Amino acid sequence: KVSLLKKVPALKDGDFTLAECTAILLYLSRKYNTPDHWYPSDIQKRAKVDEYLSWHHANIRANAPKTMWIKVLIPLFTGQPLPSEKLQEVMEGLSTSLKQFEERFLQDKAFIIGSEISLADLVAIVELMQPVGVGCDIFEDRPRLMEWRRRVEDAVGKELFFQAHEMILNIKELSNIQIDPQLKEHLAPVLMK
Amino acid sequence: SSGQNRTEEFRKVNILMKVPALKDGSFTLAESIAILLYLARKFKTPDHWYPSDLQKRARVDEYLSWQHVNIRGKGGKLFLTKVLLPLLTGQPFPPEKLESATEELNVVLNQFEEKFLQDKPFIAGSEISLADLVALVELMQPLGAGYDLFEERPKLAEWRRRVEEAVGKQLFQEAHEGILNAKNLTADKIAPELLERLKHQLLKQ
Repeated sequence: KVSLLKKVPALKDGDFTLAECTAILLYLSRKYNTPDHWYPSDIQKRAKVDEYLSWHHANIRANAPKTMWIKVLIPLFTGQPLPSEKLQEVMEGLSTSLKQFEERFLQDKAFIIGSEISLADLVAIVELMQPVGVGCDIFEDRPRLMEWRRRVEDAVGKELFFQAHEMILNIKELSNIQIDPQLKEHLAPVLMK
Repeated sequence: SSGQNRTEEFRKVNILMKVPALKDGSFTLAESIAILLYLARKFKTPDHWYPSDLQKRARVDEYLSWQHVNIRGKGGKLFLTKVLLPLLTGQPFPPEKLESATEELNVVLNQFEEKFLQDKPFIAGSEISLADLVALVELMQPLGAGYDLFEERPKLAEWRRRVEEAVGKQLFQEAHEGILNAKNLTADKIAPELLERLKHQLLKQ
């Protein structure tokens, strides 16, 4: 269970292997000719998806997953909780990113690039479910963001969405897992960095 | 007149530190990768820049995604630490910070050589693509900060030579004149909004 969680997303298509979830999503959308709205053929709409996907890395992606590391994964491997300032720092960074997300990317639109869902929304929501899974409900005081989340879940399909996030949303159960002490010893110094 | 010369000079250096943005009629776009892709599509540039072959294109996407926190992140961090931090604070850079920024950059350079470049002439294979362009452009930052990352990396140096030739040596040099003279940078030559953004980042380091 733990190794599944720690797997880096990777695709294998015959001899062809690919990492980086953005690259994988784009490859799949092209190979399977998915509906246009996921990555619109209109070059300006497409550029808006690219713009979000680019910004995402140094912003949402830089902060949101850290909540999971700080609250669950690091304590699991090191046997120690982290000081609360660490989480606070991350939450502050995440708050700043979320503000930009709402003001610059989402604004008053239904989805990031307009009236239809795209890969941008998918990539964003998947990262934002991580803090939710560890009890940092970032949607709680953000009604506009919550509405957007509902629309994304509906567009993807509620059941599929929850299936995909089952592990993240039950991540606290991981805390009960016994980790091999040798593995702990090996990983602890790496994680503490 | 001297006033005009100063403005011209200012504009030249000012271009160096501006946040990339595109304006096409009423359409505006930020994020340099989004801009490059948009231009490639709009002007139907030669295929090799963003190959239509699905797998080659995926290689380019893979690099462009990975590089944000890696080459771009670490190269930028070194430049920040060595050049910008002293400019903003008026203090010399802390040596241990530079040392750790350099170590981090070396780790990602190893990954770049081993995973992305390997024994190929360019990242996507036999032809230059946007991936190589973005990679080399980002590496000009640590280089401009005075860290010769090509010195003990012959494979990387060869790749650099190939990229510069493919782009055109003169054009490449012109484009990087400012960054390669970064030690002459003073705070007033940096766009205020970029300085603000950098201050936030720098205070966190």
